[in-house]
Amino acid sequence: MSETTLGGIAGRMPKFLRRADPAVVTAFACIVILLLLGSLYSRSFLSPEYLLQQLKVASFLGVIATGMMLVILLGQIDLSVPWSVATGAMMACAAAAYGPVGVALAIPFGVLCGVAIGIVNGIGVAYLRIPSMIITLATNAVAQGLMVVYTGGFSPQDSATAAMRYLATGFTIPGVPNAVIIWALIGAAMVFVLTRTSFGRAVYGIGNRERAAYLSGIDTRRIVLIAFAVSGGLSAFGGVLLAGYASKAAQSMGDAYLLPSIAAVVLGGTSILGGRGSYLGTVAGVILITLLQSILSVMQMPEAGRQIIYGVVIVAMLLLYGRAPASR
Amino acid sequence: MKDWRYWLAEQRGTLLAFGIFIVMFAIYSANHPAGFTANVVQTAANKGVLLAFVAMAQTLVVITAGIDLSVGMIFTLTNCMASWLVIGTGLETAFGVLAVLGTGLLCGAVNGAIVIYGRLQPIVATIATGAVFFGLALLLRPVPGGSVNEDLADFLTGRFFGVVPASLVSLLVIVLVVWVPFSRSEFGRAAYAAGSSETAAYMSGVPIRRGKFLAYTLAGLLAAIGGLFLTFFTYTGEAAYASGNAYTLFSIAAVVLGGVSLFGGKGSAIGAIFGALAFRTIGDLLFVFDFDPLWQPLFQGVILLIAVSLGAFALFRVRNRLEWFL
Amino acid sequence: MDAATPLFRMEGISKRYGGVRALEKADLTVTAGGIHAILGENGAGKSTLIKIMAGVVAPDEGTMTLDGREVSFASPAAANQAGIVCIFQELSLIPELSVADNIVISDPPKRFGMIDRKAQRRIAEEALARAGASDIHPRALVKDLPLSRRQMVEIAKALARKPRILILDEATSALTAADVAKVFEVLKRLRSEGLALLYISHRMNEIAELADHCTVFRNGRNVASYPAGSKSDNEVVELMIGREYSHIFPPKPGPTAAATTVLEARNLSWADRLDNISLSVKAGEVVGLGGLDGQGQRELLLAFFGVLRGLSGEILIDGKPVSIASPTAASHGRIGMALIPEDRKTEGLMLPMTVRENLSFAALDRLSKAGIIDRAAEQRLIDDMVGLLAIKTAGLDIPVGALSGGNQQKVVIAKWLMRQPRIILLNDPTRGIDVGTKQELYQLMRKLADAGAAILFYSTDYDELIGCCDRVLVLYDGAVKRELVGAEITEHALIASALNIHGEGAGPRQGAGA
Repeated sequence: MSETTLGGIAGRMPKFLRRADPAVVTAFACIVILLLLGSLYSRSFLSPEYLLQQLKVASFLGVIATGMMLVILLGQIDLSVPWSVATGAMMACAAAAYGPVGVALAIPFGVLCGVAIGIVNGIGVAYLRIPSMIITLATNAVAQGLMVVYTGGFSPQDSATAAMRYLATGFTIPGVPNAVIIWALIGAAMVFVLTRTSFGRAVYGIGNRERAAYLSGIDTRRIVLIAFAVSGGLSAFGGVLLAGYASKAAQSMGDAYLLPSIAAVVLGGTSILGGRGSYLGTVAGVILITLLQSILSVMQMPEAGRQIIYGVVIVAMLLLYGRAPASR
Repeated sequence: MKDWRYWLAEQRGTLLAFGIFIVMFAIYSANHPAGFTANVVQTAANKGVLLAFVAMAQTLVVITAGIDLSVGMIFTLTNCMASWLVIGTGLETAFGVLAVLGTGLLCGAVNGAIVIYGRLQPIVATIATGAVFFGLALLLRPVPGGSVNEDLADFLTGRFFGVVPASLVSLLVIVLVVWVPFSRSEFGRAAYAAGSSETAAYMSGVPIRRGKFLAYTLAGLLAAIGGLFLTFFTYTGEAAYASGNAYTLFSIAAVVLGGVSLFGGKGSAIGAIFGALAFRTIGDLLFVFDFDPLWQPLFQGVILLIAVSLGAFALFRVRNRLEWFL
Repeated sequence: MDAATPLFRMEGISKRYGGVRALEKADLTVTAGGIHAILGENGAGKSTLIKIMAGVVAPDEGTMTLDGREVSFASPAAANQAGIVCIFQELSLIPELSVADNIVISDPPKRFGMIDRKAQRRIAEEALARAGASDIHPRALVKDLPLSRRQMVEIAKALARKPRILILDEATSALTAADVAKVFEVLKRLRSEGLALLYISHRMNEIAELADHCTVFRNGRNVASYPAGSKSDNEVVELMIGREYSHIFPPKPGPTAAATTVLEARNLSWADRLDNISLSVKAGEVVGLGGLDGQGQRELLLAFFGVLRGLSGEILIDGKPVSIASPTAASHGRIGMALIPEDRKTEGLMLPMTVRENLSFAALDRLSKAGIIDRAAEQRLIDDMVGLLAIKTAGLDIPVGALSGGNQQKVVIAKWLMRQPRIILLNDPTRGIDVGTKQELYQLMRKLADAGAAILFYSTDYDELIGCCDRVLVLYDGAVKRELVGAEITEHALIASALNIHGEGAGPRQGAGA
């Protein structure tokens, strides 16, 4: 929106930096600062092994945050992430118990369950015009209920298929974990969709001004429905990967991804009101959150401290650049 | 002449929630193995009152057309706090209660300040502050534990005169001391006005900001009262993430069942209380019919989904499609 | 009321919005115990004048005196304090609150810090009685009341503030005939109680019945002031006419004899806003919609564009009945319709998005294959449009919000021309843009018509309707009151039929009340 105030300096910067969103630049700067702080604590913070390991951990959040970003760009929110993740993981593992066909179909089945949750969300938001925050909370509760019934309240016994484990922990290219490659592929696809397709343009348009998009002849309801379905599917796929990583699904495995996925998107400069933001920013936000988590755990910060720092950092960053206009 | 009719129309949501509750409770107690006894009522009341307090808190914020996704965490935080402080001599206990309630007020005020003066969206702001509140709760109680002044706890969770559940009386007192003055004050009206139509409220010179701020702050207080009672029932404090989240979620369901509009400006905390009691009773119905308790979360989720979808029927009355995008 | 010293006086008041002057050294004198009518066509400066009086906007220059003392109002509340209360056209009532709550909203009576409901009820009943609306129950919710009752509540709310000067801006527009009679009684009583009343209305018969004094505004100035009844309707219309500027309009060849009807409506009605409208537009024809603002023109365009639900009557495209359920249906495929909406900032554009993204937004389906945008094709078409409309922009990748109003409007039009529409609906497209751009748009409109487009054009500027249209339909209360063709389209005819004083002198009141 606003041109950078340091016009003189900006003029001499490379083009890609001049055009970059200040929020994205800030997020990347924070990453560098975190790495430097970490390296003061321990040398290994700058080692390639550590960085790759972080990237691998980040890729699970990255996949989930990709879907979240799509929904946030519309000016909506998806609070059904926790149990979409868990449902994806559990259903994929469950399918694996049904012989070779089940094993083959485990991953698509898990993802489809997430898509189904997303479609319910999308119908609620787009066609019934229920506030997204409310309907996604409700579907989250229903998904949780279904999974509790399915598992009988115990942690699920089925284990992940070899394919799931391979996707999450294997190496196709030596040295680069598959999870990172998957995130890169999904991210590239997302960038393509957002910048090169009519769907992507429509998403930004709806996020900016749904009324204008509707009057421009865009079928806004269909776009919103698809976006929620994609978000549900990606959350579930994140769950599939996590199950592969841990070899099995767990009841509350998704709880730890709701706040971080929203935070990653918002810290990456995507406006919570919709219509503005780039995928590069989300990448920065995901890495930033992951590093923050990693450093806090290396410093043996208890869970309590992590939660507090999270919350405070998010509120602080939002107050810096996520505020609504002064007058409405 | 027709004053009672207007009263009826004003209270329709509340009365409906009351009706649902009565019917559900009748079914519940009729099928309960022990029947309709003081004991059954007391147990049900104690469970229901917790959600009722949190639902009241949610109501205050929802009336302003906002939402507080941190109520459950304030509830959890104050529970952990009470398990440290509400103990000892009478004076110490009293001080502890005040400290717990003060914490609740402060949490609510922080939410209000961030949303109103910081101009952040209530959803994201309260998710984030919820994380902070939960972190603080974990800090206080990394593992479940602690204790509470048992005399006070037993007094407030027992029965008066052998029949009236003390928790219900406490709920009534809080309604009279917190909700009634708020709803009848200028600021309460400002909260309603801002939730109903912020532009019209502005044009009419209503103190919008102060009304909203007070609503968020009192929501914190009410959640803290809920946390206090949780401590009285359990004698311990526990930083349970799932339970905090569940209370936030159920508070929204209770509010919707209680006739409070999620779009703001309409509804009362009394309705939300009956909504909460009804929601709890529906959840417990499964037990008296010998259903597997496993089905309870699903059952509650489906009720929530149906409750939030009901509001969509207003949509079919909209004749200008542009009104979808207001 | 004779020899009364003026209660309130405005002198040399000027106000500009951007480059457009709304008021230019306007004067107004208000005396106690009188009803003062203010007349003028759309955009003559009446509403700006009132907003300044009521403290909603501040004047650029000029002085206001109340009781001989100079005053200035920082906010509506300050004006209320001084005894000036305005009933605006757009309602300021809170729908979910009761009538009594609304009447006392800005200063509720209190006891022990809480609102005293008994006192509130008393005040509300008194105010309703004074407004002649005792039939409204103080406990009723505002949202449950019909529009006419709400307007009565609005009047009661104003009276409860104990005004010395009461301004009514089109306050009777939604009232039934019975209500208007009541309101008139009330207003006359208030006059006898010594209040000063400022009455703005387009209904000439009301002004004749009510006003003691009239002031006519034109082009931001008060051009005439006279005692009510001293001028005929025709003389008043003459006073309201007379713009200083005139545009150069392109010649009007009109549709060829062989041109076919492209867009047609038969007996179109919707809610209480559109009343049995029938019209047709031929290829190559520019048909204007005239009348006062808010007589259903906007709704008519939205009805064609598939936005309204529950429409009765028929819409025909190329003589075949169609059902248009969404803007998507209206703009895509065979129908090929485009709507240039009323508010370009909220309905036409996504301001933070780039010029490029906005330009191709309505034509994304045409510019993409399998959902992927063909960037070369997009660039070609955008270049064409930027050239055709001479859009002045520092680049295609800057936010469209950074352009001037005129260029923004060109972007809105260009984004629709990218679809090559056959039917173009324009909702007051020249509002708030500079004269030069207006000229270009007139040329463009004619060029599109000559190329075979059917154009339906609503404008609040009578000059434009005269200069651009082959035919003009004048709307009043949601119905077509008059059709003007060719040389009949004169300013006099437009204003007279807009005010509905032509022909039947009885006016619409009977019709509306029946």
